[in-house]
Amino acid sequence: MAKSIDVSDVNIYYSDFLAVQGVNMTIRAGAVTAFIGPSGCGKSTFLRSLNRMHEVIPGARVEGKIVVDGQDLYESSVDPVAVRRQVGMVFQRPNPFPTMSIFDNVLAGLKLNSGKMKKSEAEAVVEKSLRGANLWNEVKDRLNKPGMGLSGGQQQRLCIARAIAVEPQVLLMDEPCSALDPISTSAIEDLIHELKNDYTIVIVTHNMQQAARVSDDTGFFNLKATGEPGRLVEFNPTKKMFANPDDPATEAYISGRFG
Amino acid sequence: MTAPTTEIEDEPADWASVRGGVGDRIFYGLALGAGCVILAALAGVFVFLAIKGASGFSKPSEVYGPHAESFLGYVFPLLVGTFTASIIALIIAVPMAFGIALVISHYAPRWIATPVAYVIDLLAAVPSVVYGLWGAFFLAKQLVPMHVWLHDTFGSWPVLGALFGEPNPAGRSVLTAGIVLAIMILPIITAITREVFSRTPRLHEEAALALGATRWEMIRMTVFPYAKSGMVSAVMLGLGRALGETMAVTMVLSVGFDLSWNIIATSSPTSIAANIALKYKERSADMLNVLVATGLVLFLVTFLVNFVARWIIGRSERRMAR
Repeated sequence: MAKSIDVSDVNIYYSDFLAVQGVNMTIRAGAVTAFIGPSGCGKSTFLRSLNRMHEVIPGARVEGKIVVDGQDLYESSVDPVAVRRQVGMVFQRPNPFPTMSIFDNVLAGLKLNSGKMKKSEAEAVVEKSLRGANLWNEVKDRLNKPGMGLSGGQQQRLCIARAIAVEPQVLLMDEPCSALDPISTSAIEDLIHELKNDYTIVIVTHNMQQAARVSDDTGFFNLKATGEPGRLVEFNPTKKMFANPDDPATEAYISGRFG
Repeated sequence: MTAPTTEIEDEPADWASVRGGVGDRIFYGLALGAGCVILAALAGVFVFLAIKGASGFSKPSEVYGPHAESFLGYVFPLLVGTFTASIIALIIAVPMAFGIALVISHYAPRWIATPVAYVIDLLAAVPSVVYGLWGAFFLAKQLVPMHVWLHDTFGSWPVLGALFGEPNPAGRSVLTAGIVLAIMILPIITAITREVFSRTPRLHEEAALALGATRWEMIRMTVFPYAKSGMVSAVMLGLGRALGETMAVTMVLSVGFDLSWNIIATSSPTSIAANIALKYKERSADMLNVLVATGLVLFLVTFLVNFVARWIIGRSERRMAR
Protein backbone atom coordinates (compact mmCIF):
# COMPACT_ATOMS: atom_id res chain seq x y z
CA MET A 1 0.00 0.00 0.00
CA ALA A 2 2.83 2.39 0.82
CA LYS A 3 4.28 4.18 -2.19
CA SER A 4 7.35 6.32 -2.71
CA ILE A 5 7.18 9.89 -3.99
CA ASP A 6 9.61 11.30 -6.54
CA VAL A 7 9.79 15.07 -6.60
CA SER A 8 11.66 16.80 -9.38
CA ASP A 9 12.20 20.52 -10.03
CA VAL A 10 9.15 21.67 -8.15
CA ASN A 11 8.42 25.39 -7.96
CA ILE A 12 5.43 26.52 -5.91
CA TYR A 13 3.69 29.85 -6.42
CA TYR A 14 1.09 31.99 -4.72
CA SER A 15 -0.09 33.97 -7.77
CA ASP A 16 3.15 35.60 -8.93
CA PHE A 17 5.02 35.06 -5.69
CA LEU A 18 7.48 32.17 -5.86
CA ALA A 19 7.26 30.56 -2.42
CA VAL A 20 9.33 27.41 -2.88
CA GLN A 21 11.94 26.88 -5.56
CA GLY A 22 13.67 23.94 -7.17
CA VAL A 23 12.86 21.04 -4.86
CA ASN A 24 14.19 17.59 -5.78
CA MET A 25 13.85 14.61 -3.47
CA THR A 26 12.77 11.01 -3.21
CA ILE A 27 10.50 10.17 -0.31
CA ARG A 28 10.94 6.51 0.53
CA ALA A 29 7.97 4.15 0.74
CA GLY A 30 7.06 2.86 4.19
CA ALA A 31 9.32 5.35 5.93
CA VAL A 32 8.77 8.54 7.88
CA THR A 33 10.13 11.67 6.26
CA ALA A 34 10.29 14.85 8.33
CA PHE A 35 10.56 18.43 7.08
CA ILE A 36 12.15 20.94 9.39
CA GLY A 37 13.01 24.59 8.99
CA PRO A 38 12.14 28.05 10.24
CA SER A 39 8.63 29.48 9.93
CA GLY A 40 7.75 30.76 6.47
CA CYS A 41 10.36 28.67 4.66
CA GLY A 42 7.75 26.81 2.62
CA LYS A 43 7.78 23.35 4.22
CA SER A 44 4.02 23.35 4.85
CA THR A 45 3.44 24.80 1.39
CA PHE A 46 5.52 22.00 -0.09
CA LEU A 47 3.67 19.39 1.97
CA ARG A 48 0.35 20.70 0.71
CA SER A 49 1.56 20.41 -2.87
CA LEU A 50 2.01 16.66 -2.34
CA ASN A 51 -1.77 16.11 -2.29
CA ARG A 52 -2.73 19.10 -4.38
CA MET A 53 -4.21 20.92 -1.41
CA HIS A 54 -1.99 23.88 -2.24
CA GLU A 55 -4.13 24.87 -5.20
CA VAL A 56 -7.22 25.24 -2.98
CA ILE A 57 -5.96 28.76 -2.33
CA PRO A 58 -6.98 31.08 -5.20
CA GLY A 59 -4.07 31.82 -7.52
CA ALA A 60 -1.83 29.11 -6.08
CA ARG A 61 -0.07 26.78 -8.52
CA VAL A 62 2.74 24.26 -8.78
CA GLU A 63 5.34 23.64 -11.51
CA GLY A 64 7.41 20.50 -11.86
CA LYS A 65 6.77 16.81 -11.34
CA ILE A 66 5.58 14.92 -8.28
CA VAL A 67 5.35 11.24 -9.12
CA VAL A 68 3.56 8.73 -6.90
CA ASP A 69 3.40 5.13 -8.05
CA GLY A 70 4.47 6.09 -11.57
CA GLN A 71 1.81 8.75 -11.91
CA ASP A 72 2.63 12.46 -12.09
CA LEU A 73 0.10 14.14 -9.79
CA TYR A 74 0.20 17.35 -11.81
CA GLU A 75 -0.51 15.85 -15.22
CA SER A 76 -3.51 17.60 -16.73
CA SER A 77 -5.60 14.42 -16.83
CA VAL A 78 -5.26 13.88 -13.08
CA ASP A 79 -8.21 14.88 -10.89
CA PRO A 80 -7.05 16.54 -7.65
CA VAL A 81 -9.99 14.87 -5.87
CA ALA A 82 -8.59 11.46 -6.82
CA VAL A 83 -5.12 12.50 -5.65
CA ARG A 84 -6.44 13.43 -2.23
CA ARG A 85 -8.08 10.05 -1.87
CA GLN A 86 -4.67 8.45 -2.35
CA VAL A 87 -2.70 10.96 -0.30
CA GLY A 88 -4.36 11.66 3.04
CA MET A 89 -3.66 14.61 5.27
CA VAL A 90 -3.71 15.48 8.97
CA PHE A 91 -3.72 19.15 9.87
CA GLN A 92 -2.00 21.30 12.45
CA ARG A 93 -5.14 21.83 14.49
CA PRO A 94 -7.47 18.89 15.02
CA ASN A 95 -10.48 19.38 12.74
CA PRO A 96 -13.13 16.70 13.23
CA PHE A 97 -16.43 17.63 11.56
CA PRO A 98 -18.33 19.38 14.35
CA THR A 99 -21.78 18.16 13.41
CA MET A 100 -20.78 14.51 13.10
CA SER A 101 -20.43 11.79 15.71
CA ILE A 102 -17.14 9.99 16.23
CA PHE A 103 -18.51 7.11 14.16
CA ASP A 104 -19.53 9.35 11.25
CA ASN A 105 -16.28 11.29 11.40
CA VAL A 106 -14.27 8.13 10.81
CA LEU A 107 -16.52 7.15 7.92
CA ALA A 108 -16.71 10.62 6.35
CA GLY A 109 -14.10 9.96 3.68
CA LEU A 110 -15.27 6.44 2.97
CA LYS A 111 -18.85 7.53 2.45
CA LEU A 112 -17.66 9.87 -0.29
CA ASN A 113 -16.02 7.00 -2.12
CA SER A 114 -18.45 4.18 -1.73
CA GLY A 115 -21.79 5.74 -0.93
CA LYS A 116 -23.95 3.37 1.06
CA MET A 117 -22.40 0.42 2.85
CA LYS A 118 -23.64 -2.26 5.16
CA LYS A 119 -23.80 -1.47 8.85
CA SER A 120 -21.58 -4.38 9.81
CA GLU A 121 -19.03 -3.32 7.19
CA ALA A 122 -19.09 0.25 8.45
CA GLU A 123 -18.64 -0.88 12.04
CA ALA A 124 -15.67 -3.02 11.05
CA VAL A 125 -13.99 -0.12 9.27
CA VAL A 126 -14.60 2.23 12.20
CA GLU A 127 -13.13 -0.24 14.68
CA LYS A 128 -10.13 -0.98 12.48
CA SER A 129 -9.39 2.69 11.86
CA LEU A 130 -9.83 3.71 15.48
CA ARG A 131 -7.62 0.82 16.59
CA GLY A 132 -5.13 1.92 13.97
CA ALA A 133 -5.15 5.38 15.52
CA ASN A 134 -4.85 4.02 19.08
CA LEU A 135 -8.17 5.55 19.98
CA TRP A 136 -10.51 2.57 20.05
CA ASN A 137 -10.28 1.78 23.74
CA GLU A 138 -10.96 5.35 24.73
CA VAL A 139 -14.04 5.92 22.57
CA LYS A 140 -15.59 2.51 21.90
CA ASP A 141 -18.42 3.19 24.35
CA ARG A 142 -19.35 6.56 22.93
CA LEU A 143 -19.07 6.24 19.19
CA ASN A 144 -22.27 8.18 18.59
CA LYS A 145 -21.15 11.13 20.67
CA PRO A 146 -19.87 14.21 18.81
CA GLY A 147 -16.20 14.19 17.85
CA MET A 148 -15.80 17.70 19.24
CA GLY A 149 -16.35 16.37 22.76
CA LEU A 150 -12.96 14.65 22.80
CA SER A 151 -9.75 16.16 24.12
CA GLY A 152 -7.38 17.83 21.66
CA GLY A 153 -5.09 14.81 21.46
CA GLN A 154 -8.01 12.45 21.01
CA GLN A 155 -9.46 14.70 18.33
CA GLN A 156 -6.17 14.61 16.47
CA ARG A 157 -6.08 10.81 16.64
CA LEU A 158 -9.69 10.83 15.42
CA CYS A 159 -8.51 12.86 12.44
CA ILE A 160 -5.77 10.30 11.83
CA ALA A 161 -8.37 7.52 12.03
CA ARG A 162 -10.50 9.43 9.53
CA ALA A 163 -7.51 9.77 7.19
CA ILE A 164 -6.49 6.10 7.35
CA ALA A 165 -10.07 4.84 7.02
CA VAL A 166 -9.87 5.48 3.27
CA GLU A 167 -6.61 3.49 3.14
CA PRO A 168 -4.44 6.04 1.38
CA GLN A 169 -0.96 5.29 0.08
CA VAL A 170 0.63 8.30 1.70
CA LEU A 171 -0.20 10.17 4.89
CA LEU A 172 0.81 13.81 5.18
CA MET A 173 0.98 15.44 8.60
CA ASP A 174 1.30 19.19 8.97
CA GLU A 175 2.68 19.85 12.47
CA PRO A 176 0.22 17.34 13.91
CA CYS A 177 1.39 17.83 17.51
CA SER A 178 1.86 21.57 17.70
CA ALA A 179 -1.50 22.13 19.38
CA LEU A 180 -1.12 19.19 21.77
CA ASP A 181 0.31 18.59 25.22
CA PRO A 182 3.40 16.35 25.70
CA ILE A 183 1.41 13.23 26.61
CA SER A 184 -0.83 13.48 23.54
CA THR A 185 2.26 14.27 21.48
CA SER A 186 3.96 11.11 22.65
CA ALA A 187 0.80 9.11 21.84
CA ILE A 188 0.82 10.48 18.29
CA GLU A 189 4.54 9.81 17.90
CA ASP A 190 4.06 6.19 18.96
CA LEU A 191 1.26 6.00 16.46
CA ILE A 192 3.48 7.33 13.67
CA HIS A 193 5.96 4.53 14.41
CA GLU A 194 3.21 1.93 13.99
CA LEU A 195 1.66 3.55 10.92
CA LYS A 196 4.86 3.56 8.91
CA ASN A 197 4.53 -0.17 8.38
CA ASP A 198 1.50 0.51 6.20
CA TYR A 199 1.89 4.05 4.97
CA THR A 200 4.48 6.41 3.59
CA ILE A 201 4.43 9.23 6.10
CA VAL A 202 5.56 12.81 5.56
CA ILE A 203 5.53 15.07 8.58
CA VAL A 204 6.24 18.77 9.00
CA THR A 205 7.45 19.69 12.46
CA HIS A 206 8.91 22.61 14.32
CA ASN A 207 10.15 20.32 17.02
CA MET A 208 13.68 19.14 16.24
CA GLN A 209 13.57 16.36 18.84
CA GLN A 210 10.35 15.12 17.29
CA ALA A 211 11.97 14.95 13.86
CA ALA A 212 14.90 13.05 15.37
CA ARG A 213 12.60 10.68 17.26
CA VAL A 214 10.06 9.76 14.58
CA SER A 215 11.69 10.13 11.19
CA ASP A 216 13.95 8.04 8.99
CA ASP A 217 14.78 10.85 6.57
CA THR A 218 14.84 14.56 7.17
CA GLY A 219 14.64 17.50 4.79
CA PHE A 220 15.79 20.93 5.92
CA PHE A 221 14.06 23.87 4.25
CA ASN A 222 15.29 27.43 4.50
CA LEU A 223 15.01 30.80 2.83
CA LYS A 224 18.06 31.96 0.91
CA ALA A 225 17.44 35.41 2.33
CA THR A 226 14.43 37.43 3.45
CA GLY A 227 12.06 37.88 0.50
CA GLU A 228 13.70 35.06 -1.47
CA PRO A 229 11.87 31.79 -2.11
CA GLY A 230 12.28 28.84 0.23
CA ARG A 231 14.35 25.90 -0.92
CA LEU A 232 15.42 22.48 0.20
CA VAL A 233 18.86 22.91 1.74
CA GLU A 234 19.59 19.34 2.64
CA PHE A 235 17.87 15.98 2.45
CA ASN A 236 19.50 13.04 4.23
CA PRO A 237 18.84 10.13 6.56
CA THR A 238 17.83 11.56 9.94
CA LYS A 239 20.79 9.92 11.73
CA LYS A 240 23.27 11.62 9.45
CA MET A 241 21.33 14.88 9.48
CA PHE A 242 21.49 15.23 13.25
CA ALA A 243 25.02 13.84 13.69
CA ASN A 244 26.96 15.07 10.73
CA PRO A 245 24.99 17.22 8.29
CA ASP A 246 26.46 18.09 4.90
CA ASP A 247 25.49 21.73 4.95
CA PRO A 248 26.76 24.18 7.57
CA ALA A 249 23.37 25.94 7.51
CA THR A 250 21.68 22.71 8.61
CA GLU A 251 24.08 22.30 11.47
CA ALA A 252 23.55 25.89 12.55
CA TYR A 253 19.79 25.44 12.55
CA ILE A 254 19.79 22.09 14.33
CA SER A 255 22.18 23.23 17.02
CA GLY A 256 20.16 26.38 17.57
CA ARG A 257 22.63 28.83 16.05
CA PHE A 258 20.21 30.05 13.49
CA GLY A 259 21.36 32.49 10.88
CA MET B 1 23.45 30.14 40.05
CA THR B 2 22.24 32.98 42.19
CA ALA B 3 18.67 34.06 42.54
CA PRO B 4 17.93 37.30 40.76
CA THR B 5 18.16 40.08 43.30
CA THR B 6 17.34 43.11 41.22
CA GLU B 7 14.02 44.58 42.12
CA ILE B 8 12.49 47.52 40.39
CA GLU B 9 11.82 50.34 42.83
CA ASP B 10 8.29 51.38 42.14
CA GLU B 11 5.00 52.38 43.66
CA PRO B 12 3.21 49.39 45.13
CA ALA B 13 0.92 47.91 42.51
CA ASP B 14 -2.65 49.08 42.68
CA TRP B 15 -4.60 45.84 42.48
CA ALA B 16 -7.91 47.59 42.89
CA SER B 17 -7.57 49.62 39.70
CA VAL B 18 -10.95 50.41 38.21
CA ARG B 19 -9.73 52.02 35.01
CA GLY B 20 -11.50 49.52 32.77
CA GLY B 21 -14.51 49.25 35.07
CA VAL B 22 -16.37 52.39 34.07
CA GLY B 23 -16.26 51.78 30.32
CA ASP B 24 -17.22 48.17 30.82
CA ARG B 25 -20.19 49.09 32.95
CA ILE B 26 -21.42 51.77 30.52
CA PHE B 27 -21.19 49.34 27.63
CA TYR B 28 -22.90 46.62 29.64
CA GLY B 29 -25.71 49.06 30.44
CA LEU B 30 -26.12 50.09 26.82
CA ALA B 31 -26.17 46.53 25.55
CA LEU B 32 -28.61 45.43 28.23
CA GLY B 33 -30.79 48.46 27.56
CA ALA B 34 -30.90 47.76 23.82
CA GLY B 35 -31.88 44.17 24.49
CA CYS B 36 -34.62 45.20 26.90
CA VAL B 37 -36.03 47.82 24.50
CA ILE B 38 -36.51 45.14 21.85
CA LEU B 39 -38.34 42.87 24.26
CA ALA B 40 -40.43 45.78 25.55
CA ALA B 41 -41.32 46.85 22.01
CA LEU B 42 -42.36 43.33 21.11
CA ALA B 43 -44.43 43.01 24.27
CA GLY B 44 -45.89 46.48 23.67
CA VAL B 45 -46.99 45.58 20.14
CA PHE B 46 -48.55 42.41 21.41
CA VAL B 47 -50.40 44.21 24.25
CA PHE B 48 -51.65 46.91 21.87
CA LEU B 49 -52.90 44.35 19.38
CA ALA B 50 -54.52 42.28 22.11
CA ILE B 51 -56.32 45.23 23.76
CA LYS B 52 -57.42 46.97 20.58
CA GLY B 53 -58.20 43.77 18.75
CA ALA B 54 -59.93 41.79 21.50
CA SER B 55 -63.37 43.10 20.66
CA GLY B 56 -62.74 42.51 16.95
CA PHE B 57 -63.10 38.77 17.44
CA SER B 58 -66.78 38.96 18.31
CA LYS B 59 -68.53 41.80 16.51
CA PRO B 60 -72.07 41.51 15.18
CA SER B 61 -72.04 39.57 11.96
CA GLU B 62 -72.86 42.55 9.68
CA VAL B 63 -69.49 44.12 10.54
CA TYR B 64 -67.69 41.25 8.82
CA GLY B 65 -69.95 41.42 5.78
CA PRO B 66 -70.71 41.31 3.02
CA HIS B 67 -68.59 38.23 2.40
CA ALA B 68 -68.31 36.74 5.88
CA GLU B 69 -70.41 36.34 8.96
CA SER B 70 -67.90 35.67 11.71
CA PHE B 71 -64.34 36.66 12.48
CA LEU B 72 -63.07 33.25 11.51
CA GLY B 73 -64.85 33.44 8.17
CA TYR B 74 -63.36 36.89 7.67
CA VAL B 75 -59.76 36.16 8.59
CA PHE B 76 -59.36 32.67 7.20
CA PRO B 77 -59.37 33.58 3.47
CA LEU B 78 -56.98 36.44 4.25
CA LEU B 79 -54.68 34.09 6.13
CA VAL B 80 -54.75 31.65 3.23
CA GLY B 81 -54.05 34.51 0.82
CA THR B 82 -51.15 35.69 2.95
CA PHE B 83 -49.58 32.28 3.15
CA THR B 84 -50.15 31.20 -0.44
CA ALA B 85 -48.39 34.30 -1.74
CA SER B 86 -45.59 33.95 0.82
CA ILE B 87 -45.08 30.24 0.22
CA ILE B 88 -44.93 30.77 -3.54
CA ALA B 89 -42.37 33.49 -2.87
CA LEU B 90 -40.30 31.20 -0.64
CA ILE B 91 -40.44 28.28 -3.08
CA ILE B 92 -39.03 30.52 -5.79
CA ALA B 93 -36.67 32.67 -3.74
CA VAL B 94 -35.05 30.22 -1.31
CA PRO B 95 -33.33 27.87 -3.79
CA MET B 96 -32.29 30.83 -5.90
CA ALA B 97 -30.95 32.74 -2.92
CA PHE B 98 -28.99 29.75 -1.60
CA GLY B 99 -27.62 29.13 -5.07
CA ILE B 100 -26.56 32.73 -5.56
CA ALA B 101 -25.04 32.83 -2.08
CA LEU B 102 -23.02 29.67 -2.80
CA VAL B 103 -21.79 31.01 -6.12
CA ILE B 104 -20.69 34.21 -4.45
CA SER B 105 -19.06 32.55 -1.45
CA HIS B 106 -17.59 29.36 -2.93
CA TYR B 107 -17.67 29.15 -6.70
CA ALA B 108 -17.18 32.44 -8.50
CA PRO B 109 -13.79 34.13 -8.66
CA ARG B 110 -13.66 37.22 -6.50
CA TRP B 111 -13.79 39.70 -9.38
CA ILE B 112 -17.23 38.38 -10.32
CA ALA B 113 -18.49 37.60 -6.82
CA THR B 114 -17.99 41.06 -5.37
CA PRO B 115 -20.03 43.01 -7.98
CA VAL B 116 -22.75 40.36 -8.04
CA ALA B 117 -23.09 40.53 -4.26
CA TYR B 118 -23.27 44.29 -4.50
CA VAL B 119 -26.02 44.24 -7.12
CA ILE B 120 -28.07 41.77 -5.08
CA ASP B 121 -27.79 44.05 -2.06
CA LEU B 122 -29.02 46.92 -4.23
CA LEU B 123 -32.22 44.98 -4.95
CA ALA B 124 -33.03 45.32 -1.26
CA ALA B 125 -32.84 49.09 -1.52
CA VAL B 126 -35.63 49.34 -4.14
CA PRO B 127 -38.84 50.54 -2.40
CA SER B 128 -41.71 48.07 -2.42
CA VAL B 129 -43.99 50.54 -4.24
CA VAL B 130 -41.64 50.34 -7.19
CA TYR B 131 -41.82 46.57 -7.19
CA GLY B 132 -45.60 46.89 -6.98
CA LEU B 133 -45.75 49.21 -9.99
CA TRP B 134 -43.43 47.02 -11.98
CA GLY B 135 -45.36 43.88 -11.03
CA ALA B 136 -48.76 45.35 -11.81
CA PHE B 137 -48.00 47.18 -15.05
CA PHE B 138 -45.21 45.16 -16.59
CA LEU B 139 -44.64 41.72 -15.12
CA ALA B 140 -48.31 40.71 -14.90
CA LYS B 141 -48.80 41.19 -18.65
CA GLN B 142 -45.63 39.26 -19.43
CA LEU B 143 -46.83 36.37 -17.30
CA VAL B 144 -50.22 35.96 -19.02
CA PRO B 145 -48.90 33.33 -21.47
CA MET B 146 -47.39 31.43 -18.54
CA HIS B 147 -50.76 31.45 -16.77
CA VAL B 148 -52.45 30.05 -19.87
CA TRP B 149 -49.74 27.44 -20.31
CA LEU B 150 -49.91 26.35 -16.66
CA HIS B 151 -53.68 25.93 -16.92
CA ASP B 152 -53.49 24.05 -20.23
CA THR B 153 -50.71 21.77 -19.04
CA PHE B 154 -51.56 21.02 -15.44
CA GLY B 155 -55.19 22.11 -15.19
CA SER B 156 -56.52 18.62 -15.82
CA TRP B 157 -54.11 16.80 -13.50
CA PRO B 158 -55.71 15.12 -10.49
CA VAL B 159 -54.28 16.98 -7.47
CA LEU B 160 -52.07 19.61 -9.05
CA GLY B 161 -54.97 20.70 -11.24
CA ALA B 162 -56.67 22.39 -8.29
CA LEU B 163 -53.81 24.90 -8.18
CA PHE B 164 -54.10 25.78 -11.84
CA GLY B 165 -57.78 26.46 -12.60
CA GLU B 166 -59.16 29.16 -14.91
CA PRO B 167 -56.28 31.56 -15.58
CA ASN B 168 -56.41 35.28 -14.85
CA PRO B 169 -56.60 37.11 -18.21
CA ALA B 170 -54.55 40.03 -16.87
CA GLY B 171 -52.00 37.91 -15.06
CA ARG B 172 -52.69 39.67 -11.75
CA SER B 173 -52.93 36.46 -9.76
CA VAL B 174 -51.54 35.17 -6.47
CA LEU B 175 -48.80 33.53 -8.51
CA THR B 176 -47.69 36.86 -9.95
CA ALA B 177 -47.84 38.45 -6.49
CA GLY B 178 -45.74 35.57 -5.17
CA ILE B 179 -43.16 36.06 -7.92
CA VAL B 180 -42.89 39.78 -7.14
CA LEU B 181 -42.54 38.92 -3.45
CA ALA B 182 -39.84 36.39 -4.33
CA ILE B 183 -37.77 39.09 -5.99
CA MET B 184 -38.28 41.30 -2.96
CA ILE B 185 -37.13 38.75 -0.40
CA LEU B 186 -34.30 37.41 -2.55
CA PRO B 187 -31.71 39.99 -1.43
CA ILE B 188 -32.14 39.54 2.31
CA ILE B 189 -31.97 35.75 2.11
CA THR B 190 -28.98 35.92 -0.22
CA ALA B 191 -27.12 38.46 1.88
CA ILE B 192 -27.47 36.52 5.13
CA THR B 193 -26.74 33.07 3.72
CA ARG B 194 -23.76 34.40 1.77
CA GLU B 195 -22.38 35.80 4.99
CA VAL B 196 -22.79 32.56 6.96
CA PHE B 197 -21.52 30.42 4.07
CA SER B 198 -18.35 32.45 3.84
CA ARG B 199 -17.80 32.16 7.60
CA THR B 200 -17.41 28.38 7.41
CA PRO B 201 -14.08 27.62 9.09
CA ARG B 202 -11.39 27.01 6.50
CA LEU B 203 -10.14 24.17 8.70
CA HIS B 204 -13.36 22.20 8.20
CA GLU B 205 -13.47 22.86 4.48
CA GLU B 206 -9.90 21.67 4.09
CA ALA B 207 -10.63 18.58 6.18
CA ALA B 208 -13.31 17.60 3.69
CA LEU B 209 -11.21 18.43 0.64
CA ALA B 210 -8.24 16.48 2.00
CA LEU B 211 -10.46 13.41 2.31
CA GLY B 212 -11.08 13.62 -1.42
CA ALA B 213 -14.38 15.47 -1.39
CA THR B 214 -15.42 17.34 -4.51
CA ARG B 215 -16.39 20.94 -4.03
CA TRP B 216 -20.09 20.08 -3.81
CA GLU B 217 -19.39 17.25 -1.34
CA MET B 218 -17.28 19.64 0.70
CA ILE B 219 -20.16 22.11 0.76
CA ARG B 220 -22.58 19.40 1.87
CA MET B 221 -20.24 18.09 4.56
CA THR B 222 -19.07 21.36 6.06
CA VAL B 223 -20.77 24.49 4.74
CA PHE B 224 -24.41 23.46 5.10
CA PRO B 225 -24.12 21.93 8.59
CA TYR B 226 -22.21 24.97 9.76
CA ALA B 227 -24.62 27.43 8.17
CA LYS B 228 -27.86 25.59 8.95
CA SER B 229 -29.00 27.88 11.70
CA GLY B 230 -28.16 31.00 9.71
CA MET B 231 -29.98 29.62 6.67
CA VAL B 232 -33.13 29.17 8.75
CA SER B 233 -32.77 32.71 10.10
CA ALA B 234 -32.45 34.00 6.57
CA VAL B 235 -35.54 32.14 5.38
CA MET B 236 -37.48 33.34 8.42
CA LEU B 237 -36.52 36.96 7.78
CA GLY B 238 -37.52 36.53 4.14
CA LEU B 239 -40.80 34.93 5.17
CA GLY B 240 -41.42 37.72 7.65
CA ARG B 241 -40.94 40.27 4.94
CA ALA B 242 -43.21 38.37 2.55
CA LEU B 243 -45.96 37.94 5.16
CA GLY B 244 -45.91 41.60 6.07
CA GLU B 245 -45.48 43.02 2.59
CA THR B 246 -48.34 45.35 1.75
CA MET B 247 -47.80 47.53 -1.28
CA ALA B 248 -46.64 44.97 -3.79
CA VAL B 249 -49.52 42.62 -3.03
CA THR B 250 -52.07 45.44 -2.98
CA MET B 251 -50.98 46.70 -6.36
CA VAL B 252 -50.45 43.41 -8.15
CA LEU B 253 -53.30 41.24 -6.95
CA SER B 254 -56.85 41.61 -8.14
CA VAL B 255 -58.69 41.10 -4.89
CA GLY B 256 -61.59 38.74 -4.42
CA PHE B 257 -63.09 37.01 -1.42
CA ASP B 258 -63.81 33.49 -2.54
CA LEU B 259 -61.43 31.01 -1.10
CA SER B 260 -59.95 28.65 -3.68
CA TRP B 261 -56.71 26.82 -4.23
CA ASN B 262 -56.41 28.20 -7.73
CA ILE B 263 -53.21 30.28 -7.62
CA ILE B 264 -53.78 31.73 -11.10
CA ALA B 265 -57.43 32.67 -10.50
CA THR B 266 -59.10 35.85 -11.74
CA SER B 267 -59.43 37.09 -8.18
CA SER B 268 -58.07 35.78 -4.91
CA PRO B 269 -58.21 36.74 -1.25
CA THR B 270 -55.57 39.34 -0.52
CA SER B 271 -53.07 39.16 2.34
CA ILE B 272 -53.77 40.37 5.88
CA ALA B 273 -51.31 43.23 5.62
CA ALA B 274 -52.66 44.36 2.25
CA ASN B 275 -56.22 44.09 3.54
CA ILE B 276 -55.42 46.34 6.51
CA ALA B 277 -53.89 48.90 4.18
CA LEU B 278 -56.90 48.77 1.83
CA LYS B 279 -59.56 49.09 4.52
CA TYR B 280 -57.79 51.43 6.88
CA LYS B 281 -59.03 54.65 5.26
CA GLU B 282 -62.70 53.75 5.13
CA ARG B 283 -62.80 52.22 8.56
CA SER B 284 -65.58 52.37 11.08
CA ALA B 285 -64.64 51.97 14.73
CA ASP B 286 -65.87 48.39 14.63
CA MET B 287 -63.94 47.64 11.47
CA LEU B 288 -60.77 49.04 13.03
CA ASN B 289 -61.05 46.53 15.85
CA VAL B 290 -61.49 43.75 13.34
CA LEU B 291 -58.47 44.90 11.35
CA VAL B 292 -56.32 45.02 14.48
CA ALA B 293 -57.55 41.54 15.36
CA THR B 294 -56.43 40.27 11.94
CA GLY B 295 -53.09 41.92 12.63
CA LEU B 296 -52.90 40.04 15.92
CA VAL B 297 -53.59 36.79 14.10
CA LEU B 298 -50.76 37.51 11.64
CA PHE B 299 -48.44 38.40 14.52
CA LEU B 300 -49.17 35.17 16.37
CA VAL B 301 -48.97 32.98 13.28
CA THR B 302 -45.62 34.50 12.30
CA PHE B 303 -44.37 33.89 15.81
CA LEU B 304 -45.53 30.31 15.69
CA VAL B 305 -43.88 29.64 12.33
CA ASN B 306 -40.64 31.09 13.64
CA PHE B 307 -40.77 28.99 16.78
CA VAL B 308 -41.48 25.78 14.93
CA ALA B 309 -38.61 26.41 12.50
CA ARG B 310 -36.22 27.14 15.37
CA TRP B 311 -37.38 24.05 17.18
CA ILE B 312 -36.85 21.82 14.17
CA ILE B 313 -33.37 23.15 13.57
CA GLY B 314 -32.52 23.10 17.27
CA ARG B 315 -33.57 19.50 17.59
CA SER B 316 -30.73 18.12 15.50
CA GLU B 317 -28.24 20.37 17.27
CA ARG B 318 -29.46 19.30 20.69
CA ARG B 319 -29.18 15.70 19.61
CA MET B 320 -25.52 16.25 18.78
CA ALA B 321 -24.85 18.08 22.03
CA ARG B 322 -26.21 15.30 24.20
